Amino acid sequence: MATSPANGLPRWEADPILIVEHLFMRFGGLIAVNDLSFKVGRGDITALIGPNGAGKTTVFNCITGFYKPSEGRLILAHGRAPTPEEIAEVTRIGERSLVGREAGVFLLERMPDYLVSGGAKVARTFQNIRLFTGMTVLENLMVAQHNALMAASGYSLKGLFGLPGWTRAQKAATAKAEYWLDKVGLTDRADDPAGDLPYGAQRRLEIARAMCSEPILLCLDEPAAGLNPRESLELNTLLRAIRAEHGTSILLIEHDMSVVMEISDHVVVLDYGTKISDGTPEAVKNDPRVIAAYLGVDEDAVEEVEAELKLDTNPTGAGA
Amino acid sequence: MEIFVQQLINGLTLGSIYGLIAIGYTMVFGIIGMVNFAHGDVFMVSAFIALICFLLVTTVMGITSIFLALAIVLVVAMVFTSLLNWAIERVAYRPLRGSFRLAPMISAIGMSIFLANFVQVTQGPRNKPIPPMITDVIVLMDNGSYQVTLAWKQVIIMVITAALLGGFWYLVQKTSLGRAQRACEQDRKMAALLGINVDHTISLTFVIGAALAAVAGTLYLMYYGVANFADGFVPGVKAFTAAVLGGIGSLPGAVLGGLLIGLIETFWSAYFSIEYKDVAAFSILAITLIFMPQGLLGRPEVEKV
Amino acid sequence: MAVQTADTAPPAAANPVLGPAFKDALIVGLIALGLFGPLIGFETVIIDGALGLAYRPSLLAIMVGIIFFGRLLLNVTLWSPNRKPSTHTGPTLFDRAGTVMGPGVKPALLAFAVLFPAIAIFSLGGLNESRYLIDLGILILTYVMLGWGLNIVVGLAGLLDLGYVAFYAVGAYTYALLATSAPINDFFAGLFGATFWANWAFWICLPMAGIFAGVWGMILGFPVLRLRGDYLAIVTLAFGEIIRLVLINWVDFTNGGAGIASIPRATFFGIPFNAGPDGFAALFGLPFSPMHRIVFLYFVILALALLTAFVTVRLRRLPVGRAWEALREDEIACRSLGINTTTTKLSAFATGAMFGGFAGCFFAVRAGFVSPESFTFDVSAMILAIVVLGGMGSQIGVAVAAAVMMGGMEMLRNLGFLKQIFGNDFDPSLYRMLIFGFAMVAIMVWKPRGLVSTRDPTIFLKERKAVSGDLVKEGHG
Ligand SMILES: Nc1ncnc2c1ncn2[C@@H]1O[C@H](COP(=O)(O)OP(=O)(O)OP(=O)(O)O)[C@@H](O)[C@H]1O
Ligand SMILES: [Mg+2]
Repeated sequence: MATSPANGLPRWEADPILIVEHLFMRFGGLIAVNDLSFKVGRGDITALIGPNGAGKTTVFNCITGFYKPSEGRLILAHGRAPTPEEIAEVTRIGERSLVGREAGVFLLERMPDYLVSGGAKVARTFQNIRLFTGMTVLENLMVAQHNALMAASGYSLKGLFGLPGWTRAQKAATAKAEYWLDKVGLTDRADDPAGDLPYGAQRRLEIARAMCSEPILLCLDEPAAGLNPRESLELNTLLRAIRAEHGTSILLIEHDMSVVMEISDHVVVLDYGTKISDGTPEAVKNDPRVIAAYLGVDEDAVEEVEAELKLDTNPTGAGA
Repeated sequence: MEIFVQQLINGLTLGSIYGLIAIGYTMVFGIIGMVNFAHGDVFMVSAFIALICFLLVTTVMGITSIFLALAIVLVVAMVFTSLLNWAIERVAYRPLRGSFRLAPMISAIGMSIFLANFVQVTQGPRNKPIPPMITDVIVLMDNGSYQVTLAWKQVIIMVITAALLGGFWYLVQKTSLGRAQRACEQDRKMAALLGINVDHTISLTFVIGAALAAVAGTLYLMYYGVANFADGFVPGVKAFTAAVLGGIGSLPGAVLGGLLIGLIETFWSAYFSIEYKDVAAFSILAITLIFMPQGLLGRPEVEKV
Repeated sequence: MAVQTADTAPPAAANPVLGPAFKDALIVGLIALGLFGPLIGFETVIIDGALGLAYRPSLLAIMVGIIFFGRLLLNVTLWSPNRKPSTHTGPTLFDRAGTVMGPGVKPALLAFAVLFPAIAIFSLGGLNESRYLIDLGILILTYVMLGWGLNIVVGLAGLLDLGYVAFYAVGAYTYALLATSAPINDFFAGLFGATFWANWAFWICLPMAGIFAGVWGMILGFPVLRLRGDYLAIVTLAFGEIIRLVLINWVDFTNGGAGIASIPRATFFGIPFNAGPDGFAALFGLPFSPMHRIVFLYFVILALALLTAFVTVRLRRLPVGRAWEALREDEIACRSLGINTTTTKLSAFATGAMFGGFAGCFFAVRAGFVSPESFTFDVSAMILAIVVLGGMGSQIGVAVAAAVMMGGMEMLRNLGFLKQIFGNDFDPSLYRMLIFGFAMVAIMVWKPRGLVSTRDPTIFLKERKAVSGDLVKEGHG
């Protein structure tokens, strides 16, 4: 699934939707992300894992524009993989993006957060759920369609007079919200305040809300955290369905290895802000550096194991 | 040059007073995260308490030593103002702690209006002047036409301010009260779990803030020789500006900010226009908050997502 | 001032009540003595040019006594440890009243507002007799409108604005300056006749005042809207004060503290309310009465207030209104959904400012005189108090709060009869702001979330359910 048959390359190499290049994020003296490079394949479910404090959420915040990276380039590709010339061209002219008819290149590190979502179509959820708790479930999903509805309401002018174009758009938006409510099983609770939902339902609602903004890349920060095993299974189904039915690529942070191994096509492992492994779930699972990082073995021990196994430590080669 | 030096002296004097008030704002903001709108009016009330006490001491008790009188007035004003601020916290803010964020702010605005009008009703709307005291000056420079003077009053103000700040600095940095205070600033719930009496600590913060405001009020009365019920709001906003300029939550910042505001105000009045001196102060407030919300000595606030 | 001491004994049936109650009351009385002692016990008076002291021991004793006995009474009755604490935490009485009367409330209030002048005239038996009541109605409606305008900023978008009065002032001065401008008058005199500008100035300036205030809202809002919480409040307060100080000091332009007088009055769409042959009374065949203009003004402000309400209700159901509320709930989540928070905040600020500008224009035409005195911080505080007391975001709540507050303030003005009790030196109007300040504190302590704390959803699939106030956030900006 992760390998495109054409040239034998894994999909994240052949058709990346997101390319992270030499990303650094420093907070004062602390280097939270240290020279991180990886690619996310179009249509893949990619997992970003690592121990607590490894810098995963920080990477998300850089991708979605909440933090401005200290250094590095974040390339998002609409339509197809960009050519190196195209990337060089946007970088050179100093624009945020270069959008053609069937493809577009966005340099996310140059964009403010709301444009990453509204323009580049990257949606996200948060590690600590951020719903509009005082608004109903349905309202949450309507807010997610803000930009489309804003245009349809003629920036409020048409809407103020209730012109038909606006009413139609509002109906369509409600229908889309209903579709996602059905998908996440919250139709019955549509008119309840979001803050009244149980934890698992809040997590699902946050995903539905992100999907209502029609993203091409969905970033989920620990979506399975706090879910019971049954809910966790349902989440797997939901994420697969999102990918299958909407072609949305998914990048997720997750600590629950059963979820990671079960659904992801590609795993990137971070430790202390540095990438220590990158490849298919099987390859990563057996990577001694990953095992060491998770079990807390010290550096020397890792090197010993490595020497024993005579492993190639080139991370991109790990998938082979 | 002479005018400049004179304005510098005047500005530092005024700035000391602002600094003393600013500490009350900064501490309360630090510990419960609210702008205590009533603080300026507490300062004004303290000036009235000092005024009444001064009249009692001089006319009724007949004490003639001005320094003894001043000391008594200072202590009395500090005690009564502390009691007042303690009661205000108890009645108007404590029941609202942890509730709706706007509620304590509205409550504080209400308290500010109440205090100003309480003084107006009980003491009348007119300016209350006292005869000038300690009129001696030291002539620092004299070029024949213009004398640069340092009044004893100004010396007293600066010395008292500096001494209080020293003592106060010690209190906050080195004692267990200071530690409790800083703990409550960081995380009130956790501090309570660790056995710190949060209510007590917050009360003490208000008491200390009021005591310093009372010193400011007494010195203000001595320096300007008048008290008026309406003189709480504007000095209050200026002192708050000072706290913000120095970096809210930072004690040295509050004093630094106070001195700067005092200097800016006097120089602005001397060199530009006296009518717009309050506009200048308010503009500085706005500009600082917009371009440098962490102030001069404050820590920048990071938004964690 | 009642100070509640924390140590309330556990509610056991046979607790001794009187002893502890007395002790507590004694402590509170002593505190009151400390608080009131200096300022009530002594009065600074100017005798022969010098300051002296007058003593008021009996007044002090009365005040402390009231507090002591009041506290004692409360201790043995309401706060008695033997009383079961009330555990009621559900929706407030007002909320429940709202749900019971439900959809009937709004039309009923509206009908009352429309019929109010008629009611006043008939119940008081004449046009002139009803003047006081109708004036009061105009005052209340002005504050209802201001409350609704500020409600957009504070209640919906969660942005704390303490300088709202600035936009009120901008609206008022826009009208005052344009309407009294000689060049404009001459310009129109040349085109449409000498009285054109005097007769039409209000109707032409009204939209301009709103737009102008809205533009000012954007100019002031742009730099400050990225500030959060209390900082925003302080900066808006500073801007409000700056505008007032500029109005005072820029004498050439605004005539300074003396204000601008003889501003043209409102006309019945171009027909002046005067006794002349072209006046309203003559044209409609009525006997001339100055009350015609007052009644007309009542309906103008009613229409303006209803416009505010209508636009707000509509906007809430549009994406921009939902974005305002979402912003109040969680700004970061908004940005993750592609909402440009700066423009969204600006739109809320400008919309609120615009209604403030309309109200200001109305104020100028009603009073015929403006001066910086009318635009002090107290007015901002009053409007904010109305919004918060009403329950942020609730239109009905704000309207009721405005009526209660302004009605209450007006009642305090009429305490003249107290002169008979306290003697002629007693000026009851002095106590207005004193009581107002105290009421603000008391209301906050009693009802920090305001009268209506539930939120009405803007859209629903099957059933409209009110959102409990505990879930609704208040915003950080
Ligand atoms: N805004 C910030 N300011 C300062 N330090 C930060 C900031 N955000 C994150 N950090 C630091 O960066 C490091 C990485 O944090 P991050 O939240 O990215 O970890 P994480 O991998 O998501 O961990 P977890 O699995 O616990 O969520 C931590 O040491 C954290 O304290
Ligand atoms: Mg994280």
